[in-house]
Amino acid sequence: MKTVDEIKAAIEVAVPGAAVEVVPNPSVSGQHSLRIAPTHALAVATFLRNDAELALDFLSNVTGVDWPDKETSEKVMVTRTVTKIVGGVEQEVEETVEETRKRLRPGYLEAVYHLYSVEKKHGPVVIRLRTVNRTDLVYLPSLTPIWRSAEFQEREIFDLFGIVFTGHPDLRRLLMWEGFKDHPMRRDYVEPDDFEYEPTAHDQVLARAKAHQVAVAGQEGTGTGL
Amino acid sequence: MNDSGILPGLTGERNKAEGWNRPPVIQPDGEGELLEVAMGPHHPSTHGVFRMDVALDGERVIRLKPVFGYLHRNHEKIAEGISYLGSMPFTDRLDYICPLTNNWAYALAVEKLTGQEVPERAEYLRVILGELTRVVNHASSIGFLIQEMGASGTPLMYAFREREKILDLFEALTGARMMCNYMRFGGCRVDASAAWLDATRKVVAGLPGFADEMDRLLTGNEILIARTQGVGILRPELAVNAGVTGPMLRASGVNYDIRKVDGYGIYNRFKFRVPLGEHWDVYDRFMIRLLEMRESMKILEQALKDIPGGPVMDAKAKLRGFRPKPGEAYGRIEAPKGELGFYLISDGGPNPYRYRVRPPSLINLTILEDMCLGQNVADVVLIFGSVDIVLGEVDR
Repeated sequence: MKTVDEIKAAIEVAVPGAAVEVVPNPSVSGQHSLRIAPTHALAVATFLRNDAELALDFLSNVTGVDWPDKETSEKVMVTRTVTKIVGGVEQEVEETVEETRKRLRPGYLEAVYHLYSVEKKHGPVVIRLRTVNRTDLVYLPSLTPIWRSAEFQEREIFDLFGIVFTGHPDLRRLLMWEGFKDHPMRRDYVEPDDFEYEPTAHDQVLARAKAHQVAVAGQEGTGTGL
Repeated sequence: MNDSGILPGLTGERNKAEGWNRPPVIQPDGEGELLEVAMGPHHPSTHGVFRMDVALDGERVIRLKPVFGYLHRNHEKIAEGISYLGSMPFTDRLDYICPLTNNWAYALAVEKLTGQEVPERAEYLRVILGELTRVVNHASSIGFLIQEMGASGTPLMYAFREREKILDLFEALTGARMMCNYMRFGGCRVDASAAWLDATRKVVAGLPGFADEMDRLLTGNEILIARTQGVGILRPELAVNAGVTGPMLRASGVNYDIRKVDGYGIYNRFKFRVPLGEHWDVYDRFMIRLLEMRESMKILEQALKDIPGGPVMDAKAKLRGFRPKPGEAYGRIEAPKGELGFYLISDGGPNPYRYRVRPPSLINLTILEDMCLGQNVADVVLIFGSVDIVLGEVDR
């Protein structure tokens, strides 16, 4: 089978303008992946399936990954000019100090597709699509029109991660119930104390009961003991 | 074959028409109203809690929508909060008919991530247990299918009699009949004794007789043939496109067995054949399972003959303080129900950053609607039974 770099070159020839980037995998599995711009995803997917040499006709696994905002800090040596009093005289001195710089990597959601070929019996080719952010621009093109096996798996990602797949024929929640608000597989998801909490008149009833108890306790000899 | 807009063969030019892989729209004939039936979640044929919302025109199925999630517990989220090894017992609960193949798939994915070696004896034990699991799964799957057809009891009890013997072997080796928790990253948890291997040889020697018995009982049965032949046809090009795997895919005539394709473990040492269907219907799926059972018996005989001595755990394997280097891996095996895969991302910590199960049971249901449209509602139960799912894996 072709290596990822060869596949990248083939895609760039077949789909002009497709920004394909090789994402190296440092583990021993050696399954490097290709990051594809969502704008060209459908064209690239069609090429990968229909190309006679690759013939990736079988989409095995589709899954989402959540990458929240991450603060990275790095230490840099900075040289700057400072005014110092040296021997009673004010002087400008160059000084090198170590400074910690914080950088914020904005978060995003990712959809990962594992492709195999039943015809040529090779694989996997891993492709990744990235959303712009995690809050409002969470749209990706659905690959269900190309590979039907994405149908339920994309629904599951929509349900659990909150990626909206445009062009999906039937995008509904798959596992959680209708009316559920959040996306449980996000890293920052907080479980509610009680999934089935509904405001009831309970507190008001309790307040009335307490008032009643106070009133009853005020009357001597009733012996309710409350 | 072209009339429905689907081109023949896998090697032919694929149909580029929009929506060729969508379920067709069936028009109700006659007047009358459509009847909407919710089959499940407590229907006895659903093998658990699963619902099919079916729209019927008389007896004919016009629309079918599967509804999932009754058994959802977010296994993946749980796994991301505990250590790698901590998820191993949870994998038993995915497809609870075949706990050992689930263990195997997870161990394989982690071994891909870390590059651990598995000793030869452990590989043999994995093959023996995996194939025994396949026999258990296919036998009970056939039993359930026939049960749903109305043959109350007999074939299912025959299958369960055999399953009981194999579960006894599992219990003797792993300590549990169903929740085995046996495989580890880089080997197996305990070694098999010579007595256990002898007992296994004895059980395996009896299995071909069981297959013959099922064959005589069912294969030529007039009612089985009348009910299943020509029912629930799944075309090969749609099966591949919809990600159908396992006996379902091979019953549609597609030669794709991950034991042959990937040759994971030591499968390329064994001689076995891959049975393929010719008519792509429910009967073929029943037949493929029966034939695969026989092939499993062949593998079992070879493995039990050749099993070498030695350790069953990689000496360098670390069970405590297990932290794979950053990276990701997707490992898959041919589980009895189809391709069971695990996708893991490590960030160097003790827990997986991302843990994903590729459930064959869920993905094989993608084309349930396509197979059922236009069929009688009584056949829906059969078609659904022939997919062979376990809800623990569908809903995770």
